[in-house]
Amino acid sequence: MFGSYEFDWSSIPGSLNFLGQGLMVSLEITALAIVAGIVWGTLLAMARLSSIKPLAWAAAGYVNLFRAIPLVMVLLWFFLIVPKFLESFLGLPPGSDVRLASAMIGFALFESAYYAEIIRAGIQSVPKGQLAAAHALGMSYPQAMLHVVLPQAFRNMVPLLLTQAIILFQDTSLVYVSALADFFGAAYKVGDRDGRLVELVLFAGAVYFVLCFAASQAVRHFQKRLQGA
Amino acid sequence: MEYQWNWGVFLLPSAVNDGTYLDWMFAGLKTTLALSLSAWVIALLVGAVVGVLRTAPHRGLSFAATAYVEMFRNIPLLVQLFFWYFVLPEMLPAAVGDAFKAMNPVAQQFIAAMVCLGFFTSARVAEQVRSGINALPRGQKNAGLALGLTLPQTYRHVMLPMAFRLVVPPLTSEFLNVFKNSAVCSTIGLLELAAQGRQLVDYTAQPYESFVAVTVAYLAINVVVMLLMRKTEALVRVPGYLGGK
Repeated sequence: MFGSYEFDWSSIPGSLNFLGQGLMVSLEITALAIVAGIVWGTLLAMARLSSIKPLAWAAAGYVNLFRAIPLVMVLLWFFLIVPKFLESFLGLPPGSDVRLASAMIGFALFESAYYAEIIRAGIQSVPKGQLAAAHALGMSYPQAMLHVVLPQAFRNMVPLLLTQAIILFQDTSLVYVSALADFFGAAYKVGDRDGRLVELVLFAGAVYFVLCFAASQAVRHFQKRLQGA
Repeated sequence: MEYQWNWGVFLLPSAVNDGTYLDWMFAGLKTTLALSLSAWVIALLVGAVVGVLRTAPHRGLSFAATAYVEMFRNIPLLVQLFFWYFVLPEMLPAAVGDAFKAMNPVAQQFIAAMVCLGFFTSARVAEQVRSGINALPRGQKNAGLALGLTLPQTYRHVMLPMAFRLVVPPLTSEFLNVFKNSAVCSTIGLLELAAQGRQLVDYTAQPYESFVAVTVAYLAINVVVMLLMRKTEALVRVPGYLGGK
């Protein structure tokens, strides 16, 4: 079925360095978005469960808004609008490269909405008695959250958080819209330069598949061990 | 520098004189809806088949179905889209590939995007269908077999009518995802909602108005889909099951 196309993989070996750098950019964005997403997501989840109504509404509004719009759109707007804003806000010289920074901010703000939902479910999975017991021991609400509820919640959530991290890693390919050389962006550039887009797209797909499949098998294994314990 | 808000921008005639900028937005919305709905039909049909095969007591079939799901789940949507649009036409027999490339460019983009989004989503639908089937009490299958039905008959008359009803609520979020994921197709030049929004920025230099309009459109799609699915859920709810509230 493979028509008349003649494959030529020769542009890949020489570009491995460039592709590797791209992969590092993808991993950097993933790592930062995970950390920022979990921190900001935890705050959002706690705000959403708060008894202060306006705070809960604001958090729910934020989460629902970001979950209703496409990531590509968010990245596109962060690419178009935020660099100008950052330039004037931080007093950077015009034309300085803030694409990576704005892509990261966009990702973190977007993913935190998804993390917030996972964390909210995690917090709600902790029996109410735990919070009551902590209060009975004389802990304040922040102390009870930090030392009693959140540690248990996070333990329950680990597999879901990791699965979300794999999805996030795949989503980083979308920074393509801001012309950043992440892994897929780098592969596209090499393919475009050498007229070998077919080979480079297949190569990129294979690399993503191996990484994500291995990671998701590892998560599954870890999840089984957690349930067995 | 003060930003000049101008909501009247949507009523201005567009730079290429094919109606107003608001017409551009509606054209984008139409493309998003047509693309997502046709992809959803593919996803439901293919996903139902693959999901059933994953539960089949046949090693080869269930392995093939599992491989299918893992393949589509572990490669980013953007890479899959570029595969369907740039790679596959080169690898098909020359006659088919050339016929595709001779088509109207908009049709090429739309077909590639529809097939891509449909298959991508089908893997997720398949997972939901599989868990719907696995959620059935084992006695149902055994009862069907004990009555003398063959395995395909048991699936057809006993298990699937139940499983497909159980699977409707979890499919809501997949249905919502199709619309959101369709925005990725702007990368191959398809002028759907997000792409029209970007084009509006290029032509009018009013990024905030365009941003708000596109966001509102996606929110509206979300609300409509949720209402629609709630109606469907009520319609297919199985009395006596959890969620039969």
